Amino acid sequence: MVASTSKFKYIVCDPELCIGCQLCEYICSYTKTGEFNSYRSRIRTVRVDEVLITAVACRTCENAPCVAACTRDALTQDPESGIIRIDPKKCDGCAWCIEACDFGAISINHATKLAEFCNQCEDVEDGPQCVKICPKDALEYTTPDQRAQRTRHKLVKDSLEFPQKAKEPR
Amino acid sequence: MYGYSGKILHIDLKDRKHWVEEKPESWYKTYIGGVSMATRLCWENIEAGCDPYDLGNPVCFANGIFAGTPVPVGGKYGLASKSPLTGFIGDSLSGSWFSIAMKRALWDGIVIHNSSENWIFLFIDDDRVEFLPAEKLLGLGTYETEEAIRDMFGDDQVRSATIGPSGENMVRFANVTNDGRQAGRTGHGAVWASKKLKAVSIRGTNGITVADPATLLQMSFDITDAAQGPHTAKYRIYGTSTNVLNANKEGFLPTRNFQEGTFEFAELVSGEYLDEHHKVKVIACAQCPIACEQMSMVKKGPFAGSMTGIEYECLQAVSSNCGIGDMTAAIRMVDISDSSGMDTMSMGVSISYAMECFERGVLTKEDFKCKKYPDGFEPFFGNGEAGVTLAEMIRDKEGIGELLAEGTRIAAKTIDEERNAESWKWAMNIKGLECPGYDARSLKTFAMGLAVGTRGGCHNRSSAYDADIKGETNRFTVDETRGVVAARSEEYAAVYDTLPMCKFIRRCFTGKADRAGAWPTIFKLINATTGWNFDYDDVELIGIRAHTIKKAFNIREGWSQEDDDIPYRWKHDPMTRGPGAGHVVTDEELAYMKQLYYKAKGWTEEGLIPKKVLIDLGMDDVAEEIGV
Repeated sequence: MVASTSKFKYIVCDPELCIGCQLCEYICSYTKTGEFNSYRSRIRTVRVDEVLITAVACRTCENAPCVAACTRDALTQDPESGIIRIDPKKCDGCAWCIEACDFGAISINHATKLAEFCNQCEDVEDGPQCVKICPKDALEYTTPDQRAQRTRHKLVKDSLEFPQKAKEPR
Repeated sequence: MYGYSGKILHIDLKDRKHWVEEKPESWYKTYIGGVSMATRLCWENIEAGCDPYDLGNPVCFANGIFAGTPVPVGGKYGLASKSPLTGFIGDSLSGSWFSIAMKRALWDGIVIHNSSENWIFLFIDDDRVEFLPAEKLLGLGTYETEEAIRDMFGDDQVRSATIGPSGENMVRFANVTNDGRQAGRTGHGAVWASKKLKAVSIRGTNGITVADPATLLQMSFDITDAAQGPHTAKYRIYGTSTNVLNANKEGFLPTRNFQEGTFEFAELVSGEYLDEHHKVKVIACAQCPIACEQMSMVKKGPFAGSMTGIEYECLQAVSSNCGIGDMTAAIRMVDISDSSGMDTMSMGVSISYAMECFERGVLTKEDFKCKKYPDGFEPFFGNGEAGVTLAEMIRDKEGIGELLAEGTRIAAKTIDEERNAESWKWAMNIKGLECPGYDARSLKTFAMGLAVGTRGGCHNRSSAYDADIKGETNRFTVDETRGVVAARSEEYAAVYDTLPMCKFIRRCFTGKADRAGAWPTIFKLINATTGWNFDYDDVELIGIRAHTIKKAFNIREGWSQEDDDIPYRWKHDPMTRGPGAGHVVTDEELAYMKQLYYKAKGWTEEGLIPKKVLIDLGMDDVAEEIGV
């Protein structure tokens, strides 16, 4: 899979934990539109095989290719958060941004003909709602650095056998 | 109206046309959804008395009230037709995306009439209906068919209910499968094949709104949280397969075609063994925060590469019940049945029936010739390779598989007539539907619950085993309480089957699964979704009505008291080992309990429904037809 080189935070899914329940799509579409509808979700679950399951949302790439690809300069990237913002007066739904995105994380709203991006629920008090609802904690709101740290931890934990304190099954 | 669109889609396969029927809110308040609404649609649209394979037997989908919302485990639909196995109501449930796509396409129900001349599949694209040729899909497995259809439309939100090769071959217990989940047991796949219907695909693009989203979301969050705790640990960690060891300890684990209730190799086919040696990943239905499906793989040996979801009922049917202590053969058998789209439980019991026929000399090696073994093979109990081969033969209707594919009732009748034998004595079915994984000789309330079941031998519709296992009743004896226990247990189950919600969530509302623990949450969820004003008693009525319409359907199809029976073996052959040893349910005990049950239901001694009972339930037109 193509790796993000971003310093920005984004929402990432651990395919080992994801069970494919799609509750992230429900809460996302409800937060953005007031309705429950996967087609309007900014995060999408992917099931390639019966057990290959994950979810994908905007990875807030640095020097985001979608911004560069936009022929009408409708997209800008917030320098602080990396969130992609859209100028609805300029966007005409041409889908060049979708072509440019390595993650398939952009969709077009067929009613408004506007591109739609994950904005990490920046306008919601307790942050990304999908992360909040995920029943298996498969979703994480994180940065590549944090992900790397976690991978190192997991590697050590999985490969070295030390006695561990018992945990509640989860 | 929130929660419903008010519209039922009717599709005629012969004339290739469709029309819309609008239903009033009062109809939805009576039948709600799931098995209740599906049965009601079948009641309204069937030609009463028709053969299940006739044109007049409709395919009836009914969606769930919570499908397409974040209400945990509410993404389920009901499917009903007249069952080719039982000749009575065939009502099934299946979970996952299909129900959600149907909800977003704004259909509360879909009724498919008549049959097509050539194999077709339906594509329901919101309110558009297309009749598409299915020749290219023939022979594809269930999951492969779904994938092929998604590829065709280039949209992974197109969700399909399909039949596999077993369905196409009209195996009488073939299933309808969607998203890796099955609308199982009663032979929907064969009914679809009789209509030359390979799949129903739906794309729904509309958003779903509810009456009180803030309340619904908060409740959904709370239940989702609770569903990560101890109340669902059993399902999440080992899945239901963990029942194997308990059933073995208690002596009701079906063993060698229900000859015994304890299996000496139980540990080798337990959920714990599965977890340690075969588990790949646990996955969920859409809209489910529990995730119980233990995807299990055979990593080496002759059956390497097989992978499917394993749960208790399918596991016991193909392992202990066939005397097979080899988990890899069991996984292979379940994989054959899941990917070809047939009912694992009925398949397992049909195989164990054949094994017993072989061991008792009614069938011989000669009878088990096939392409793989031209000189025949010896399917003694415990022969895993024979079990796998028989599963393939049933799927392909090859050799003896053709007869076994008719289910144990028809197979036994045919074999007994041909060979002057008495194999019906070990044909383990109730009303033609093969028995579930609880030997009822030592679960006597459950024995009666199964006997009177509208669906036949089904543990999902009657959960009377619960009282027997928990010790709320004495499982080895009968007494005057059993009628009420069985009646209330099936009405309880019918509430979940009608909403429908998966029963695995039942302890997550308040920690208690009984009515007092669950009904208040359920009526609040209904009210937040629909804006109705349901209370505790309304929830209770959901289950009573659901069960009543199913029974009414059976009465109209010619049910009589003699149909409420259990297999000969449970009445005459005691087990020799374990806690259940020596016990049988005698004819007298069964007749006594049946009378208690009819009385508890408010029915006549003949088991018929008085007009007044039906009218009080708001089912006046049903009273008119079958009330006494």
